[in-house]
Amino acid sequence: MRRVLPVLAVAAALIGLWYLAVIPMNIHAALTDAERAGAVVTPATAKERRDAGAIGLVVKNPAQIGATFSQERPRLPTPDQVAVELWQTTVEKKITSKRSLVFHGWITLSATLLGFAIGTVAGIALAIGIVHSRVMDMSVMPWAIVSQTIPIIALAPMIIVVLYSVGVQGLLPKAVISAYLSFFPVVVGMVKGLRSPALAQLDLLKTYNTPQSSVFWKLRLPASTPYLFASLKVGIAASLIGAIVGELPTGAVRGLGARLLAGSYYGQTIQIWSALFGAAILAAALVSIIGLIERLTLRRMGLSV
Amino acid sequence: MLVVSVPAVLAWGEDSGGFFKHPHFQMVVAMMLVALAFLIWAGGWWLNTRLAAGPQAETSLVRLAVPVIFGLTLIVMWELVVRGLEVSLVILPAPSVIAARFASSLPVLWADFVQTIVKGALSGYLMGCGAAILTAVLVDRSAFLKAGLLPIGNFIAALPIVGTAPILVMWFGFDWQSKAAVVVVMVFFPVLVNTVAGLAETSQMQRDQMRTYAASYWQGFFKLRLPAALPFIFNGLKISTTLALIGAIVAEFFGSPVVGMGFRISTSVGQLALDMVWAEIVVAALAGSLFYGAVALIEKRMTFWHPSQR
Repeated sequence: MRRVLPVLAVAAALIGLWYLAVIPMNIHAALTDAERAGAVVTPATAKERRDAGAIGLVVKNPAQIGATFSQERPRLPTPDQVAVELWQTTVEKKITSKRSLVFHGWITLSATLLGFAIGTVAGIALAIGIVHSRVMDMSVMPWAIVSQTIPIIALAPMIIVVLYSVGVQGLLPKAVISAYLSFFPVVVGMVKGLRSPALAQLDLLKTYNTPQSSVFWKLRLPASTPYLFASLKVGIAASLIGAIVGELPTGAVRGLGARLLAGSYYGQTIQIWSALFGAAILAAALVSIIGLIERLTLRRMGLSV
Repeated sequence: MLVVSVPAVLAWGEDSGGFFKHPHFQMVVAMMLVALAFLIWAGGWWLNTRLAAGPQAETSLVRLAVPVIFGLTLIVMWELVVRGLEVSLVILPAPSVIAARFASSLPVLWADFVQTIVKGALSGYLMGCGAAILTAVLVDRSAFLKAGLLPIGNFIAALPIVGTAPILVMWFGFDWQSKAAVVVVMVFFPVLVNTVAGLAETSQMQRDQMRTYAASYWQGFFKLRLPAALPFIFNGLKISTTLALIGAIVAEFFGSPVVGMGFRISTSVGQLALDMVWAEIVVAALAGSLFYGAVALIEKRMTFWHPSQR
């Protein structure tokens, strides 16, 4: 309880700030609506209000504050509007409907998971190669580290178009971007992990005349597990970002990224916010699932503290 | 003799549609190019194996040479295979084509660089990191706020924050201000979390010592706790360099003026001008490494005392 209370308090304060911010953000649109409905507002015309400060308008028109919370296309929707939209598009819609966020989320999630699996397997394979071959270590490792400072996401539009031109489309191009983004964190983390056994431990196995394969299975791999999980958490978050960004440049019509894009084309702010929160919930769920597996595995292995 | 005859033969081959256009000749050339590519690959690998196993393997020259040789063989192989197999420009342009495009469109690339990196990413980075460090210093004074904000900050740092880009583009317009805003949101939480963690880094013993000197809060802060936090702060700052570039580029996919790296990438992909896209990626890679390198250099200067820097 002592740990939960501050978190709840800060979260409540943030939501309170959000509600406060809604008033000045939407006051212009609310006043325009009120003027059309025949109410008296100051200043009287939209032209005069255009350059007026938002807070000044709120002070002059306290009667219209309520209207800022229920705009149809607000500049900033209220938390309850977003929550209602989330509820309607997840629970109340059939999951096969094109308007269901679960449907779009699943499109993005499947690309994320496929890409994450490819990227993780490839990353672990490369890390094993790097640890066992000095040449690979010296040739590839500097590039793997440099590549983390590069905005790889810039490649995303091109990967989609190139794969499309050779006839691959649908799930796979997005998965390739996801795989690419999760690949390098896994390589770097796994190399660190496979190298983590102390020299004394490696020497001990040498005195036993242990073959390389047993050193790998019995010492290096178990020792690398904490590092692996740490980079898996980074990797899955990066994978999800890759899948969402992969949907942007092609004008995809399905997926969370497509919802963001369509919302920004048609000014459907509530839709953007609900897609954003959908993505956030998905990311949080994925990271905490890996965190859970991590805790269970490490406990079984006797590594947890 | 040879010098004179080679251009002559080439000219004859071009003009008459002679043996250069002959399908068999072209196939032989293609196979030779691909074979050459693999020979060069094997040669580079052999050279690296020798260097890595050699007596000088630990010198900094060899440590630099091996990855450079690896990168160069990769580029040469790319060039030869693309030319040999006559891969279409739409799928993969050869490095020489990309280099030519890079050299011929320097003014455009420079304008895009200034728009996206300097105006968008850099200004947003400075504002976001500054705000995050100031917030961390304020939060640090209250244990309650710290306990509440840290889990939330950690949570938000793992979210796909690029998704806020369409909203911020709607609020701040198409120009660089909206890109800077996306960057501010993206870098804020990693820097905040790292700074708060860093400020908690001093031991009770060290703080007690400051107390016995009758140091005020701010004296203790500037002489002890801030320096001790620097390695953590720089860790956050380094992570954020890449995030800043990602934010600035992706935000341009949601709307931008007719200049900028994200704009150029998305429109060039639409026109299938992939050499231009690759040229922009080269710029992004250079900018990313330089940005990271600059922050790492400042870190080295400011945290020279830390074990990881010695």
